[in-house]
Amino acid sequence: MAKIKCALIGSGNIGTDLIYKIQRSELLEPVWMVGIDPESEGLKRAAAMGLKTTHLGVDGLLPHVLEDEIQIAFDATSAYVHAENSRKLNELGVLMIDLTPAAIGPLCVPPVNLKEHAERAEKNVNMISCAGQATIPIVNAVSQIQPVEYAEIIASLSSKSVGPGTRANLDEFTYTTSNAIEKVGGAKKGKALCIINPAEPPMIMRNTIYCLTADKPNEAAITESVLKMIKEVQKYVPGYRLVNGPVFDEVPQGHRVAVYMEVAGLGDYLPTYAGNLDIMTAAGTRTAEMFAEKMLAGEYNLKAMEA
Amino acid sequence: MAKRLKGRNIILHDMCLRDGMHAKREQISVEEMVRVAKGLDDAGIPYLQCTHGAGLGGNSLQHGFALASNEEYISAVADAVKNARVSVLLLPGLGTMNELRSAYREGARSVHVATHCTEADTSPQHIACARELGMDTTGFLMMAHLNDAKGLVKQARLMESYGAQTVYVTDSAGFMLPEDVTERIEALRDALDPKTEIGFHGHHNMGMGIANSIAAVEAGASRIDASVAGMGAGAGNTPLEVFVAVVERMGANTGTDLFKLMDLAEDVVTPLMEKPVRIDRDSLTLGYAGVYSTFLLHAKRAAERFGVPARDVLVELGRKKMIGGQEDMIIDTAMTMAKERGLLKESAL
Repeated sequence: MAKIKCALIGSGNIGTDLIYKIQRSELLEPVWMVGIDPESEGLKRAAAMGLKTTHLGVDGLLPHVLEDEIQIAFDATSAYVHAENSRKLNELGVLMIDLTPAAIGPLCVPPVNLKEHAERAEKNVNMISCAGQATIPIVNAVSQIQPVEYAEIIASLSSKSVGPGTRANLDEFTYTTSNAIEKVGGAKKGKALCIINPAEPPMIMRNTIYCLTADKPNEAAITESVLKMIKEVQKYVPGYRLVNGPVFDEVPQGHRVAVYMEVAGLGDYLPTYAGNLDIMTAAGTRTAEMFAEKMLAGEYNLKAMEA
Repeated sequence: MAKRLKGRNIILHDMCLRDGMHAKREQISVEEMVRVAKGLDDAGIPYLQCTHGAGLGGNSLQHGFALASNEEYISAVADAVKNARVSVLLLPGLGTMNELRSAYREGARSVHVATHCTEADTSPQHIACARELGMDTTGFLMMAHLNDAKGLVKQARLMESYGAQTVYVTDSAGFMLPEDVTERIEALRDALDPKTEIGFHGHHNMGMGIANSIAAVEAGASRIDASVAGMGAGAGNTPLEVFVAVVERMGANTGTDLFKLMDLAEDVVTPLMEKPVRIDRDSLTLGYAGVYSTFLLHAKRAAERFGVPARDVLVELGRKKMIGGQEDMIIDTAMTMAKERGLLKESAL
């Protein structure tokens, strides 16, 4: 079966892990890996895995886009260079899956709103953040049952799984995730907290989701909705697991629903503790696959739409 | 020992309106803060920190909601003091640069930018932002017992390179002994630019707050965090008035009025406490097991709810190497332990 050819931009943790996820896909094929450091571990690994590589950034890729029929690009660089990368590739008819916190395109959490985006044939979709991918499905599961006044999420990440880009730009991570808790999660107000824990052996990614419901929570309906949502996420991240909860409490701020999750990865590029990596790359891959189906069916053509 | 402190100048930074917020479950009113701040200012304390216990962005379900916003506290305190500089705490991942700018607008002029002792590289944008605002900027390496002297030097150099004017060794768990402090501060003093100041922030969980702070000054620290009446997380911070009394006897200068501080501790701060801030079996466990001091009251609440002793929960958190900010993992750990002990049903899955 024909596959949609893809380019991966950014040779850090996310970009490198994406190679494995995309190679496994029945709809996608990784062809190019773009970096800026010829000595980077990610570029070397990509070359060893059979991808074409360039260390000249996106400009090193552009001359090959048409010839190599690249239709989807994944950007795992930083919020600061994403807009320019996206503009250059969109011009060549390439769909951009944004894994930086730039969020210039619509925010996407696959089990919540991927279908809508694919139907609207967006040319840039943003994957928010690992914390967003791990927690917003739960916020959404609660807000499907009743209004959520406030949602707060706490993501604990192992130090080894957090790359230099994320570290140097933690505020962008916080702003983008908080905003997405509202826009995609459905909470009236959202807040995101992130902790980087250096314990050895590394701790598995943990996420706590607190929702304050406007009215007394319908405990049975919320529990059912949360469990159903977890099964949806498990379709692309099998290690997405409920540890404790949902716990229902009356607190001074109102009716609190607490859900304690853990995310184990597949252990592709980094070991299984780095569930934060997997949930991001798996969500990105799933998103690309949904668009790839449309492309293969001739229902998505960026250049035709622009015309 | 006394000789080595003779003539030394020590810059004191009071913590009772920030770390003390933990001990009060964030329930200090604006009026109470203003009263304490005026007393500190009148006693000659040069820096006083006032925010939610977890700092900027701290108001949350995770860390509790204070009686007022950080902006309201900072603005009221900054208006009330004549000479003292108002400082704030900022933990990247919780607080943001937007909140720092807003604190600055309300009158904050100094900031502790705090990271875990191995994660300094999460602070460059916040330290740079503080310097841009012209604030007195400290890099604050928390849970410093979890990194050795060589490792701390590396982290301190990063913070210095981002623009931190002072770097602190922060004994968040009250775990360190004086020799641990000496080794780390000496290593930092040797490695950092002579213009970069070094500070120490202690907790009194093992009764070592004063001894550790003295060791820090001897080894080259010029800034010490302490708290009037010791009001702070766990068994509290280094009790400020006691520290002042001790170092005065040793011949050091703090520029503060000891008797005014004693009166402030006795007449104003101690009556604010809901329970005495002291070493009991749980706070001693924090120090002994090396657990983040703020976990204390959370663990006590979780213990009450799920029937697992607080000490068992704290020891387990220490074993799992949980760090500051992971307060959600206290309830989670207590629930998991309660399930293992047959005190709680398995969850729905």
